[in-house]
Amino acid sequence: MKKKWLSIPYALWALIFSIAPLVIIAVYSFCSRSPYGKIIYKFTFEHYRKFMEPIYLNVLWRSLLLAMISTVVCLLVGYPMAMIISKASLKKRNILMMLFVLPLWTNFLLRTYAWMVLLRDQGPINQLLLSLGIIDEPLKLLYNTGAVTLGMVYNFIPFMVLPVYSVLAKMDECLIEAAKDLGATSTQVFLKITLPLSMPGVVSGIIMVFMPAVSTFVISDLLGGGQTILLGNLIQNQFLVARNWQFGSAISMIMMVLIVIAMTISSKYKSEDGGGLW
Amino acid sequence: MVKKLIKRGYALLVYLFLYLPIFLLILYSFNDSKYRGSWSGFTLRWYKELFKDRTIVAALYNTFAIAILSALIATIIGTISAIAIHKMSPRWKMTFMNVTYLPVMNPDIVIGISLLALFVALKMHLGFFTILLGHITFNTPYVILAVLPKLKHLNPYLEEAALDLGATPMQAFFKVVLPEIMPGVVTGGLLAFTLSLDDFMVSFFTTGSGVNTLSIKVYSMTKLGVSPKINALSTLLFIGVLSLFVLLQSREKNIKE
Amino acid sequence: MKRIVLLMVVCMLMVGVVGCGQGKTNEQGYYDKLNVYNWGDYIEPAVLEDFEKEYGIKINYENYATNEEMFAKIQAGGTDYDVIFPSEYMIEAMMNEGLLQELDFKNLPNYKNIGDQFKNIAYDPDNKYSVPYFWGTMGIVYNTKKVDGKIDSWDALWDEKYKGDIVMIDSVRDTVGITLKKLGYSLNTRNMDELEKAKEALIKQKPLVKAYEVDAYKDMMISGEAAMSLAWSGDAMLLIDENPDLAYTIPKEGTNLWFDAIAVPTTSKHKKEAELFINYMMRPEVAAKCAAYVKYATANTEAMNLLPREDVENELAYPKGDLFEKGEVFIDLGEFTTEYDRIWTEIKVH
Repeated sequence: MKKKWLSIPYALWALIFSIAPLVIIAVYSFCSRSPYGKIIYKFTFEHYRKFMEPIYLNVLWRSLLLAMISTVVCLLVGYPMAMIISKASLKKRNILMMLFVLPLWTNFLLRTYAWMVLLRDQGPINQLLLSLGIIDEPLKLLYNTGAVTLGMVYNFIPFMVLPVYSVLAKMDECLIEAAKDLGATSTQVFLKITLPLSMPGVVSGIIMVFMPAVSTFVISDLLGGGQTILLGNLIQNQFLVARNWQFGSAISMIMMVLIVIAMTISSKYKSEDGGGLW
Repeated sequence: MVKKLIKRGYALLVYLFLYLPIFLLILYSFNDSKYRGSWSGFTLRWYKELFKDRTIVAALYNTFAIAILSALIATIIGTISAIAIHKMSPRWKMTFMNVTYLPVMNPDIVIGISLLALFVALKMHLGFFTILLGHITFNTPYVILAVLPKLKHLNPYLEEAALDLGATPMQAFFKVVLPEIMPGVVTGGLLAFTLSLDDFMVSFFTTGSGVNTLSIKVYSMTKLGVSPKINALSTLLFIGVLSLFVLLQSREKNIKE
Repeated sequence: MKRIVLLMVVCMLMVGVVGCGQGKTNEQGYYDKLNVYNWGDYIEPAVLEDFEKEYGIKINYENYATNEEMFAKIQAGGTDYDVIFPSEYMIEAMMNEGLLQELDFKNLPNYKNIGDQFKNIAYDPDNKYSVPYFWGTMGIVYNTKKVDGKIDSWDALWDEKYKGDIVMIDSVRDTVGITLKKLGYSLNTRNMDELEKAKEALIKQKPLVKAYEVDAYKDMMISGEAAMSLAWSGDAMLLIDENPDLAYTIPKEGTNLWFDAIAVPTTSKHKKEAELFINYMMRPEVAAKCAAYVKYATANTEAMNLLPREDVENELAYPKGDLFEKGEVFIDLGEFTTEYDRIWTEIKVH
């Protein structure tokens, strides 16, 4: 083929900026550390062993748990929403969908910051409840796991609605009508037809919410007030404060392996083209 | 009827959840008080202070410059690569697609720290340029993934016909192939632009002395203590996005009519 | 349409290239860019502008939250910070790692304005690498409306009554340090048992803590969202000015006495301009402006004469008598730093 050379720029780019960095990280994760944190090229398994200590496994478990909870909430809230939008008239549909994506265009940090303002002791929610006399003292809404989960759901829910919607919108209405004509109740229609057919979208959605949720450090940092440490915070801390790049690299490697496993499992449920983003 | 009402109510609640924080931020940008949550009078001073703050203006500039440049470069590289990948043998295609999925599937934080490690190992000067490189790296795959399906649906004889009729390969590409795959290219470019605009992690790890993007600036501002300047900034940004949205909508209408 | 897009691209590219381009030598013979890396809220912004006007050097100003963050950034490389503001123990660590440039005191005539008691302290015995900036103590700032009576002990931070209203500082040496003090140990301890006890105390305290912050605690105290917080002396003075309900105390168990200095890291390629800036910062009127703004105790004796008397005579900001009796100074722990990092991580993830 004549056009093969066209792939060379990208191949080089990917080699230098996608693959080489990961190789470097992989190498660092097996290197020793000098007292002040310099990298010593001597093989050690120390950093992986360290991660197996209970406190770090606990962080791993908590990150997975929080990400799973956020994903489930996103699914439960987002799926009906995607259905409602997909059933709307064509003109309305586009506007409704755009409205869903619009907040994504304001900055991610600003969206998270908005919740900091809302949940403060003297924020609008507490002010409202106080003035209505429902509570006597401000509720402590900020700086806990609940706030972190909320932040994740808020930031990532469009990633659930988008793929589910795109599958539902493409679905053949005739199937549903046929089922109804054959006497299926709406619950049956949903369980036997809509849900199975939308699975590729759901799987995409789950991946797209779970991944950023499990690796974030900003949401837990801002809304958790330094109390909720997740994998992302641990990595960030090792690189930018504790000067232990080796340990940070090891955690990153473990996280990548986990994600590869998750992807392999989920890819079984996904047809080759289906449930894409676009 | 009841069902419809429930649906409406539900949708309304979800949209309220999405927009309430943004609207409150907008409201608070006009609040005179710096510390207290309560309303203490209307003011525009945060907007004035916002534009006086040189670092914020610089951060805004960097954000848009990086977003536009990285989206453009990623669109060009991505489109060319998509064409190349499209014509490859299945085995090569697999390899390339796996490499392409790498930055898509890799968590941002891993992309960020691994690029930091690379740049430091290469003794590169961290700053605008390294952020740009990082953004192009995670943007290009999205362009490829957006363009490939369009190529799949492209009639392969179109290009051949053009060539047979005496067009140079360049002409054939620009006059025949490109217009056909344009929607995919535009989608990819827009996606790249949005992703770059919204990115925090990669910029945060690959920036150096004094180069901020908006996300980094907001992050450090929240760390330094809450300033209503951020609220003013969010308001302006949101209004910008909203007017762009309205503009696009009305343009679409015009085209249809 | 196409033309407009093209034009935009060209403009962007051009500005982009200029934007990340290198600085150049200005009319006064100075390189026209200086990267200053400082703590948050630790300088009077007008002072920077005055410097820019006077010398035609544009200052690129950036903040860090903790000494450790700054150290990590400098050590990683790839940056070109010219001036940094490390604390005493960090100066020691950075000297040991060869990350600081020796200063040329010929270029720093204003060094004479610095008080003798702040010169040649153990962390930099001959003051080869740093000049003192501010100094102070660490204590508790509390809201008298939310706290009954006076606080005089670190134990207040462990008081169940204030569950969810206590803010701690997200910085390993500071928070672990005062815990060691509370337990009656040295805040430079290398004794693992003592360190483990401090860890347990902090883990026990965790349910009471509202948040671990560095600069954001100031907002929480001013707005009355927290009852008390670990605080540095200057910040506390600033907070009391903003909210008269607040009070500051240096607990009786003793505290950390700290000195922050100005230094030039090895990442700097423009030592001459960096020294020009440092010398400028030691001018009495500049130092006084900064001190009036950030409220910390200045090490510049000449500047003290220019400050309002009530500021200088405030014993909370400028403790009288033998300083070293009231507080213990951090020293660099070398290899042992890893242990502090480890227990801090354990506390945070618990």
